[in-house]
Amino acid sequence: MAEFWDGYALPGLWIAAKIGALLIPLLLSVAYLTWFERKVMAAMQLRMGPNVVGPWGLWQPFADALKMVVKETIIPTKANPGLFLLAPMLTFMLALIAWAVMPVGDGLVISNVNVGVLYLFAISSLGVYGIVIAGWASNSRYAFLGALRSAAQMVSYEVSMGFVIICVLLCVGSLNLSDIVRAQETVWFVFPLLPMAVVFFISTLAETNRHPFDLPEAESELVAGHLVEYSAMTFGLFFLGEYANMILMSGMTTILFLGGWLPPIDIAPLNWIPGPIWFVLKISALLFVFVWVRATFPRYRYDQLMRLGWKVFLPLSLFWVVLTAGVLVAFGWAPGAEG
Amino acid sequence: MSALVNVVRSMFLTELLSGMALTFRYMFRERKTLNYPHEKGSLSPRFRGEHALRRYPNGEERCIACKLCEAVCPALAITIESEPRDDGSRRTTRYDIDMTKCIYCGLCQEACPVDAIVEGPNFEFATETREELYYDKNKLLANGDRWEAEIAANLAADAKYR
Repeated sequence: MAEFWDGYALPGLWIAAKIGALLIPLLLSVAYLTWFERKVMAAMQLRMGPNVVGPWGLWQPFADALKMVVKETIIPTKANPGLFLLAPMLTFMLALIAWAVMPVGDGLVISNVNVGVLYLFAISSLGVYGIVIAGWASNSRYAFLGALRSAAQMVSYEVSMGFVIICVLLCVGSLNLSDIVRAQETVWFVFPLLPMAVVFFISTLAETNRHPFDLPEAESELVAGHLVEYSAMTFGLFFLGEYANMILMSGMTTILFLGGWLPPIDIAPLNWIPGPIWFVLKISALLFVFVWVRATFPRYRYDQLMRLGWKVFLPLSLFWVVLTAGVLVAFGWAPGAEG
Repeated sequence: MSALVNVVRSMFLTELLSGMALTFRYMFRERKTLNYPHEKGSLSPRFRGEHALRRYPNGEERCIACKLCEAVCPALAITIESEPRDDGSRRTTRYDIDMTKCIYCGLCQEACPVDAIVEGPNFEFATETREELYYDKNKLLANGDRWEAEIAANLAADAKYR
């Protein structure tokens, strides 16, 4: 009994507590990201945004959630019910489990695996399955076209994202996310690798199907793409998944380029602030850019999207991989080169 | 040369950045939204809202059942029936406006020789059933009593342009 208690139950509870400590703030920030997006977009369009439910509309996310929960979940007659219900759960789940390897502070990580980057990349690539399954299982033309677009788009941009990540990995010499952050103690990678940081950020926009790359759910042509047959909480899960993905991608950009939990400069007033707060601040700044971009740019045409992915980002990032490797070798800066 | 400039421009995303700078500046501008149920916009004295039948100050109704409004109404929304009253004056026994047909053109109040039927400043008369929008004479007279002050002020303000 004692062995069971010490060997399995306590560690299990400890892990569950850690997961709760990460997921509850995460889900709250997903809820408030929707509020934040509506407020910022409203401000940029000279509107008010939600301001009726609670002070400054702060209870709006909960009002929306309540509405989602009490509405009826409609499953179309021709849909495949099992897959139809699986798709939103998959999307939402994938957006959450990626956080297992995210270091929110020095040592504050649920699972400090040595292939953290690979894990994140794999999980974010799986995100496309939720959308493809949704598009196929809905048995609707709009949903199907949306899913096709989404699959093509996410696959295309993952290629250049992979090369950008390789650039960073070359500079770090480790796939461990905490090591990647620690390697940025002298200078954040956004400065030496600025073009790649921009390419990576734009790719994350495409990867999360956000404006201006929201072709899978283009309102004007596909109604709502893969979301068209979904209602109530099945829609809600997709919605939460999309926003959780935005936070995840911002977190990834923060870790790869903006020095994770590190303060901008390691001097007195700045390094008093604990690491997780820096991490949250950087993610918030990136999320603001997500919303800002949405309020600014019109949607890309599909062929322009493909052209940007394959003819601009792919050659550019490939070239930069070669350049980075060349510079690192030529100057003997490559990690582990001296040893 | 201009091709080169274009390449450099698109490489450094200058146009995207200038667009984003514009939206960023707009974020701090004053909001244009009118917080409707709490704030309301100003209405012209000529605003054509809900109909009302007016009375003279002594309480006598103005309408003389000439039926000009019924004749001019392009939507055929007005129905009038009339009889001589006991004192010999011509009065309506029925004055109905189907508000679901009305197009708020204002021709009825233009046609009225005694300023009896007018379109007042009220536009918040939404109902939950269609039946409530079939206005009869009592409803129209009640509207007139309720909005008389505003209607009289609007007519006075507009009189000098007629």
